[in-house]
Amino acid sequence: MRATDVAEVISLDKRVTKIAKPEYWNEMFAGYGKSRRNERIFLVAEFGDDKAGRRIVGFIVGEVRAWEFGSAPCGWVIALSVDPDARLHGIGQTLLEAICIEFKNAGVSKMRTMVARDNQLHLLFFRSEGMMAGPYIQLEKDLDW
Amino acid sequence: MKLQISSRLAIFALLELAAHPDQQLSVAEIGEKYGVSSHHLAKVMHILGRAGLVRSLRGAGGGYQFSGSVRRMTLLDVIELFEDWRSTDSASRTVVGTGEGQALREVLDEIDDIARATLGSITIATMLKLVDRHRGPGRRASAVSG
Repeated sequence: MRATDVAEVISLDKRVTKIAKPEYWNEMFAGYGKSRRNERIFLVAEFGDDKAGRRIVGFIVGEVRAWEFGSAPCGWVIALSVDPDARLHGIGQTLLEAICIEFKNAGVSKMRTMVARDNQLHLLFFRSEGMMAGPYIQLEKDLDW
Repeated sequence: MKLQISSRLAIFALLELAAHPDQQLSVAEIGEKYGVSSHHLAKVMHILGRAGLVRSLRGAGGGYQFSGSVRRMTLLDVIELFEDWRSTDSASRTVVGTGEGQALREVLDEIDDIARATLGSITIATMLKLVDRHRGPGRRASAVSG
């Protein structure tokens, strides 16, 4: 992940989620991409080469978190996106495999993520990669109760 | 969560057929593996055939072949052919107008939504990988990958 990639990440995310979040991604780059440490990872998948030009077709962000909710250290995938025009070419799988290696290098043996219940595309993907329901249940409530 | 026997048989049969996409398997062959009667399984296969998930081949060596897409067909697609597991039971319908009924309905809907998301996100291909994982290394359920 390079500083010059941020604009492409912002553009790709906007295309996929329909919400522009430039401030969020600039902060993410500062925290995860810029000063890369073992426990914070921001990877991009590129298509092309120096001669023909490169473009970003996907990215993944992850972090090793420890002892939150009583959980032993574990690698969290907190964002994953693939260009809709570049799907079905194994890019998501490659990104996930790459972050697995980073997590292992950081010394953790478990990976975790959270997916919206109605996001079947992401659910199908993570399930196909062997991910199963974990031991935690996410709870929430409206604050006007 | 409990599944009806027909749903379970349908899933087992589809996994068996998807694991051997080049072979035709008879009802007797599938039934023998899972210890179920050919009579019951034949009815299940008929429903799967009508839904286009399996293809019936006649003649000597005939049987059934998987005809769906292992990467698209989910457990929910199969189960919904055999049971309406989301239908509101008569007891909760009678009290749905009360606060208690609505509260219970909210909790049960939460369970249903999670079950639906789970079943709708696990494809036959994912199930075959899970089968391989339970069998251990070197004993693959199929040649299907991805």
